Amino acid sequence: MKTRLTSDARRALADAGFTRRAFLKGSGALIVTFASAATFDRVNGVFAQGFNGTGSNRLDSWIAIGQDGIVTAYTGKCDFGQGLYTAQMQLVAEELNVPFDRVRLIQCDTSMTPDQGTTSGQQSHPTNFNTTNLALAAATARETLLQLAAARFGGSANGLVAKEGVISASDGPSSRRVSYAELIGGKKFEVQLDPKARRKHPREWTVLGTAVARVDMRDMVTGRFEFVHNVRVPGMLHGAVVRPPSVGATVMGVDESSVRDVPGLVNVVVKQNFVGVVTQKPWHAMQAASRLKVSWSAGTGLPSQRDAYQQIRTQPAADTLLVDSGDVDATLKSAATVVRATYQHPYQMHGSIGSSCAVADVQGDKATLWSATQSAYPTRNTTATLLGLKQENVRVIYTRGAGCYGINGADTVTYDAAMLSQAVGKPVRVQLSRKDEMAWENYGNLFAIDQRIGLDAKNNIIVWDYEAWSAARGGRPGYNTPGNVVTGSLLGLNPAGFTPRSPAPPPSQPLNNGSNTAPSYIAGRVRDSQNGAGIVRSERVLSHRVRSPFFTGPLRAPERLQNTFAHESFMDEIAAHVKADPVEYRLRHLNHARLSAAIRAAAKAANWQTRPSPRPGQRETGVASGRGIACVCYEGDNGYVAMIADVDVDQASGQVRVTRLVVAQDCGPISNPDGMRNQIEGGAIQGMSRALGEEVTWDAEKVTSIDWRTYHPLPLGFAIPKIETVLINQPDVEACGSGETAITVVAAAIGNAIFDATGARIRTVPFTPERVKAALAARRSQSTA
Amino acid sequence: MAITLKVNGRSQSVDVDPATPLLYVLSDDLALHGPKFGCGLGQCGACTVISNGQAIRSCVTPVSTVANAEIRTLEGLGTPEKPHPIQQAFIDEQAAQCGFCLSGVILTAKAFLDKNPKASEQQIQQALSGVLCRCYVNVRMLKAVNRYAKEAAR
Repeated sequence: MKTRLTSDARRALADAGFTRRAFLKGSGALIVTFASAATFDRVNGVFAQGFNGTGSNRLDSWIAIGQDGIVTAYTGKCDFGQGLYTAQMQLVAEELNVPFDRVRLIQCDTSMTPDQGTTSGQQSHPTNFNTTNLALAAATARETLLQLAAARFGGSANGLVAKEGVISASDGPSSRRVSYAELIGGKKFEVQLDPKARRKHPREWTVLGTAVARVDMRDMVTGRFEFVHNVRVPGMLHGAVVRPPSVGATVMGVDESSVRDVPGLVNVVVKQNFVGVVTQKPWHAMQAASRLKVSWSAGTGLPSQRDAYQQIRTQPAADTLLVDSGDVDATLKSAATVVRATYQHPYQMHGSIGSSCAVADVQGDKATLWSATQSAYPTRNTTATLLGLKQENVRVIYTRGAGCYGINGADTVTYDAAMLSQAVGKPVRVQLSRKDEMAWENYGNLFAIDQRIGLDAKNNIIVWDYEAWSAARGGRPGYNTPGNVVTGSLLGLNPAGFTPRSPAPPPSQPLNNGSNTAPSYIAGRVRDSQNGAGIVRSERVLSHRVRSPFFTGPLRAPERLQNTFAHESFMDEIAAHVKADPVEYRLRHLNHARLSAAIRAAAKAANWQTRPSPRPGQRETGVASGRGIACVCYEGDNGYVAMIADVDVDQASGQVRVTRLVVAQDCGPISNPDGMRNQIEGGAIQGMSRALGEEVTWDAEKVTSIDWRTYHPLPLGFAIPKIETVLINQPDVEACGSGETAITVVAAAIGNAIFDATGARIRTVPFTPERVKAALAARRSQSTA
Repeated sequence: MAITLKVNGRSQSVDVDPATPLLYVLSDDLALHGPKFGCGLGQCGACTVISNGQAIRSCVTPVSTVANAEIRTLEGLGTPEKPHPIQQAFIDEQAAQCGFCLSGVILTAKAFLDKNPKASEQQIQQALSGVLCRCYVNVRMLKAVNRYAKEAAR
């Protein structure tokens, strides 16, 4: 789908050129201004990632109403397939009391929309659907229109009713009617966002809260939708990049004559370790890239994958203590029983189905970029840095790519296209090869997690000790670190610095469980605060972050998934150890009404039978069936979920078949129930794929997961489970996200079900048949103490 | 070299290197949006088109081998205003997230059902075993295909 511009927007853009400065001088209703709106950001809450940008406190930056009554809204939160575009249109229609089809939305274009940083971490609902940013803008607009109508009628705004874009006096003569277009059409509001503007209560909703069909669906299924891969600019050339053959290799020389006979060759571009080619046709770009002779130095070498989980424990680390009650060792010593276990989670990749693509048009001191980045403004700034241009002379137009699930290759390929376009002075489109996408993306982090708990004589958990090692390098480039992804690094820019620090200073801030490092069952006490979801008061949460040889970055439920796999599997081990029912045992250790409600809702929907695991009377041969539960407060306070998995385990082959997933999820007031369901279903099965098959592999010098034969996601044809969703609508609280909640608990729910079925505990993801068989074979010798 | 392609019922002549994969010609020379570059290796299905009734992976099909074949892309099935019944089934089920894989899913299913109109749900699933959807909209996509299969069989 092309961004649908209103006539006002088109005129304003045409007047403005594409620089913001010029834009501000433009006339018309569409005026974008960028004063800081920091005062409206929540001080506390769910902004765990801190990439929410400055927004704007000017209403005209968010909403414009044309002379035709069409409402154009501008958002810095983009849709990459999760349905946010439609949901934001619902929000604007709802707050402004205009029909849904009269709303237009422009997303993430640095010449038009406010800077809302990065769209990620299911932060868009907390950010734009509660009491700040787009929601506040829409509410302010409605109230401003009511005031304007009151002034026109000569009275107060009380008793005026806004409906379908028309304001009338509820008890007055019918002549007292005025449309939004008559009040403001084509003109600026010239007011600031009003923090006191009243959001409609979810119980009043008629557009939000309903299953509005996605506005992009028809174009997608009929092949009309315009992805960034489809962007064509007049005079556009095609580029491809040549990445190093091994991690850390540097360019020694490039033999340009090796591609001299490639038809349509325009240029070979070498800048430090960045190597690319530009040709007339995309096929020839791919050929030139594979044929170009580059001599590379030897790489830096990689640690053995076999020892990876041990190796990270021996590296210089930056340590963080999130919680430390100071009495953990003593409590463990006095405990009646101590249970311990180690959990391991591999590097996994975003593995977008479309390899990443971008189009750049760098002309002199100006640049336009069509990019699928989740971070329009940050990408504008970092690309400007790489190009040596002024930020205001670079325009990033967000254009959807293949589903990204975090930082895939979209940012790095934007840099690739920009560098190649600058080198040839013409627009260049770059599409990465499958191998370039997979071998160099920012993987989800590798984790090794040790946990110990102590029980009292009544089998209650009295102490929980968590200690984790994880590996990281780079990440999202943010506004000023292009070296956090491969292209920036090849161009000589460093990834974010890494300073080992051990031991960690004692915790000083109230627990922010944004990465779900702390298990749900601890009290989370720091000084006078208590932000945990549980009751265990002797508690320590210690993390060691080491340098990874690979780029890493947020992958759907980043760190939360790895941590939750460890916490929720371990909780299940403890329940089994004391022969308690896993649901009952969880509830006993929680102090969190919404998480407990999600657990109860899932148990009820799944017809959960109260009993300990493993299931009694199972044989150690044939197909065994079991059930498992897992739950989490996503990011501590950004959504609540419980999932129950039913599995069949073929004990001869080690194959795990998930037969049913029951998911109960609470994300506050639900904007679009069908959209939420779609996210839960997709997250659940993507979580299965990650739990059962996905793992990045490497050899002594390079990543060896380079296509769909060497990286193992589940295809469309495998037997899918029945998925039952229970949507817990909470109209009286703030909105949370729902895109990453469900996936967080899948691995633990499945692992716990495997244990229930077989008595075998698998503590390393993915649960490949070989690993399952090894765990089955180890059953008799297994001991948790 | 000039090659004539019949795409979505229209004959078009393109002047390309005959070794060029069909996908590049469709998406670059003919500016079609349906078939996508996913892997370039024939592994994921995003580039699928129907050629003489057969679902093929256009990213590994040299254009010279399909000269004069009847090629249909996702946009050749129906329009946003008048979608093909299988596309309508995907709209009814809201069976997509990012939408990048849809050529593989819809066209593979359609070509299979054209030949096997009475296929069971399990056979349909089997037919899609080489198709990837990384958003994992599996539940809805299979529902949509089965819905279409039932309607088409009637």
